[in-house]
Amino acid sequence: MSQQNRIEGGQIDRSRSLSFSFDGIRYQGHPGDTLASALLANGVRLMGRGFKYHRPRGPISAGSEEPNAIVELRGGARREPNTRATVAELHDGLEAASQNRWPSLKFDALAINDRLSPFFAAGFYYKTFMWPKAFWEKLYEPMIRRAAGLGSLSMEPDPDAYDKGFLHCDVLIIGAGPAGLAAALTAGRAGARVILADEDFRMGGRLNAETHAIGDQAGADWAAAAVAELAAMPNLRLMHRTTVLGAYDHGIYSALERVADHLAEPPAGKPRQILWRIYSRRAILCAGATERPIAFENNDRPGIMMAGAVRSYVNRWAAAPGKRIAIFTNNDDGLRTEADLRARGIEVAAVIDSRKGEMVTDSSGRLGLTGITVRGADGQSRTIPCEALAVSGGWNPNLQLTCHQRNRPVWNDALQAFVPESLPSGLSVAGAAGGVFSTHGALTTGTGAAVAALADLGVTATPATLPRAEDAPYAIKPLWYVPHTKGRAWVDQQNDVTVKDIKLAKQENFTSVEHLKRYTTLGMATDQGKTSNVTGLAVMAELTGKSIPETGTTIYRPPYTPVPIAAYAGRSAGKDFRPTRLTPSHTWAAEQGAVFVEVGMWLRAQWFPRKGETHWRHSVDREVLTTRAAVGICDVTTLGKVDVQGTDAAEFLNRIYANPFAKLPVGRVRYGLMLREDGIAMDDGTAARLAEDHFVVTTTTANAVGVYRHMEFCRQCLWPDMDVQLISTTEAWAQFSVAGPKARDLLQKIVDQDISNEAFPYMACAGITVCGGLRARLFRISFSGELAYEIAVPTRYGDGLIRRMSALAEDMGGCVYGTEALGVMRIEKGHVAGNELNGTTTALNLGMAGMVSKKKDAIGSTLSEREGLNQPDALNVVGLRPVNPAEALAAGSHLINRDAEANAANDQGYLTSVCHSPHVGSSIALAFLKNGANRKGETLRAVNPLKDTEVLVEVVSPHFVDPEGERLRG
Amino acid sequence: MIINHPLLGPRDAQEFTYLGDANLIDRPDWQADGAGQAFYEYLYLRDNPAGLHRELWYHEQGDRSWLVVTRNISTHEITKVELARDVARAKGRGK
Repeated sequence: MSQQNRIEGGQIDRSRSLSFSFDGIRYQGHPGDTLASALLANGVRLMGRGFKYHRPRGPISAGSEEPNAIVELRGGARREPNTRATVAELHDGLEAASQNRWPSLKFDALAINDRLSPFFAAGFYYKTFMWPKAFWEKLYEPMIRRAAGLGSLSMEPDPDAYDKGFLHCDVLIIGAGPAGLAAALTAGRAGARVILADEDFRMGGRLNAETHAIGDQAGADWAAAAVAELAAMPNLRLMHRTTVLGAYDHGIYSALERVADHLAEPPAGKPRQILWRIYSRRAILCAGATERPIAFENNDRPGIMMAGAVRSYVNRWAAAPGKRIAIFTNNDDGLRTEADLRARGIEVAAVIDSRKGEMVTDSSGRLGLTGITVRGADGQSRTIPCEALAVSGGWNPNLQLTCHQRNRPVWNDALQAFVPESLPSGLSVAGAAGGVFSTHGALTTGTGAAVAALADLGVTATPATLPRAEDAPYAIKPLWYVPHTKGRAWVDQQNDVTVKDIKLAKQENFTSVEHLKRYTTLGMATDQGKTSNVTGLAVMAELTGKSIPETGTTIYRPPYTPVPIAAYAGRSAGKDFRPTRLTPSHTWAAEQGAVFVEVGMWLRAQWFPRKGETHWRHSVDREVLTTRAAVGICDVTTLGKVDVQGTDAAEFLNRIYANPFAKLPVGRVRYGLMLREDGIAMDDGTAARLAEDHFVVTTTTANAVGVYRHMEFCRQCLWPDMDVQLISTTEAWAQFSVAGPKARDLLQKIVDQDISNEAFPYMACAGITVCGGLRARLFRISFSGELAYEIAVPTRYGDGLIRRMSALAEDMGGCVYGTEALGVMRIEKGHVAGNELNGTTTALNLGMAGMVSKKKDAIGSTLSEREGLNQPDALNVVGLRPVNPAEALAAGSHLINRDAEANAANDQGYLTSVCHSPHVGSSIALAFLKNGANRKGETLRAVNPLKDTEVLVEVVSPHFVDPEGERLRG
Repeated sequence: MIINHPLLGPRDAQEFTYLGDANLIDRPDWQADGAGQAFYEYLYLRDNPAGLHRELWYHEQGDRSWLVVTRNISTHEITKVELARDVARAKGRGK
């Protein structure tokens, strides 16, 4: 029994057979089939189960609007849930499975929900499952989640690649039906750069599905000839399997190209899908129209489908949805189905034309349609056996993209549909998308839109002589739902919304379209209500006695059809989520077995474990003690470096730093505090004056980008005539800190010049040479509190320099250290860093109030004087140590007076930086404490409600090491 | 969105970072009477028009120009793009 419903004709390649499976059963189809057409050809109508009531469902459409035939494709890691069988292109070996059923599609245990339907009316979850309250989280919600929902994920990483791409064109044409093809021919022949995108794998739109002739050719043949001509044009890009998803500002469109979804696996080196961003000067929407159903009792049985879809399956895919088919229509277009069916030798069971007063009132058949009940104009009911019913309730223009910038469509009475009116700038509409439903009209408006778009761009295009084409009237008389229905009549099949649900919404006063949508979930499934929105609205209009335009319409957002998250992620997945920046010493550090830490995009060595060290504290304590006793080396390349040059460079720095810089001598470095204009500290660092008109500014690693941006703002927007130039040189120089009592001895072995204390004192800087002539820079600055230098060489020499220096350090009893030891030493020395410059603190808080010069204009100096920032009990940075040295402090703890209750009202401040100090021999902290400058010696409680700890602490100076600064200057 | 950079031509808005109202160019004189109030108004008080808005954009992924973009906030139509430096000079800012 193979392809028993396959008939003659169609645009499939019968010379080849494709084998595929659905729910484990093997079937045969042909190239050109979709999964849905191949299943129908094999007599399979049942393809899924409804969302809420688990009723048997088959496809109602032949396109991307499909609400019912939702399946899982492929297996293993490539399994993809919730795809539409109507657009899944058949390939050899395709595996598909139905979803939302258990244990099988034909027998689904949860079909019991259908009997329980009174409990599942619109908004049921707002009303039921309410008591007892505790049951919601533990019982009701998990139960509902298991019952609802659609397909399931593979839970394995997706093995395929997804790309992002960028395209530019003069004219983007969206949709390759008759209007789109006519527009593309006109624009392409005129020489414009054109992109023609269509979601289908075969271009031609309805021309492939209808039997209309164009000129002397069959419509499908004319389309094929047009596509062949377009394919030969070098200025035109044909994009098959590409859905334009969204219309954005200034002519930008997004599109998803399914490069390899129609293959078992993407070919080597190819992505599965590409998310395109298309920059167009003009765009023409030729997306056609979508047919809508008529709601009647039990109108959701497999076999009941749109009349246009029936014609598609019969004409394009040679797959008969049944051997005996009835037709139910409210317009002339639906009537055409009869002739097409007869021409293919399919029996037409009946034609029910609602305009004559006849209605389909009910249907029968448990897993598929077996018959319909018809009420004649005379009021008499009769039953008619049939396997399929072709329904046409009229067509809705596919105007979604015209709404993406909040333009609203208008109601057209003659068409009984919304049509576009105001449009996004640069977009025009042609063919059925604009409410022009005949083939002749599509060709004419497509050509006209292309001519007009090109005229906008200054190109004169000659419209081709158009062939003769169908121009029949549409003649619709609205019928949204069959009146006097007692049972359930579906409006939205994917979310199981019935006419009754809309009545209930009205009864409970959810009559506005936005309320209707949210209360009933109408149009909120993955099909976004393409077949149901307008019908739902029309039903509500009738119930409230208002006109449809009075009732209003919802508008649309991107995307037009669902997009896999993987396509939005593109290549930005896993390690490639963002770039990794490596320091110049990275390779060497990795060789040493360093443990790395992410610092923004940077990977920095956190510590360097040695043999026998089993805990990170062993390594860090050793690095700190070795550095303080002998010498230590650390890569500090990640600190931001901005090169500042020009005759006004000194004055520029004088204004961006709160402390003075104008008189900094050449060859000297100064610490600088940068404020935001609101008086809060922004960043700190150093500025080294290498020449009269040349400084090097350093920033913290975290703020390198923001500080540079701020400096450019000041330069360009505030003081545009200053002679000052900025360039970021962060990555141009490899920079290492060399700290410890033996730092000078070590450096003197590689620096070619004299760096004795007299020749190169504390806070000196200079351009020097190392290792016999290599250009370098030396700064005598210290973050650790030790005698220390920072030495910089061009980045490409960083690896060589660390190898040389680390070997020297080893010989002198020194070591290299990572960011953890760096942090410990700066806390021991009482240097503030990111934890203290946290976006809420001022110079006063940081103990640097005296640095804010009042003799000059600098960013932030005026507003730093605000009263609120200068209260007597303002926070000051202090040091803390536990009264019992065995106790550990926790960062984030809050300070509370000894006898006060631990609550927010009694808060005295908080701990910002905490470490174990090998120098002190206990846990220490930097903290902000109210009026802390005057509270040394006090005992407080460090309370941490998150960890449920409380530690008695003593307030001390933040300078735990060398408070007089003798080591630095030695 | 596309910003028509005065030096580089049309560029995608993704290349830029946004700061805010172009009035940030009008930084007050720190020595004038009532400088504190003037700085407060400069930094915190903004018009929020449903229409044309002059705003500062920074071409961070490009040539690092600060631009003054005149944009209709309701429609995103961009009617003018200038170098912020030129705007600042025209407003009398110098060194």
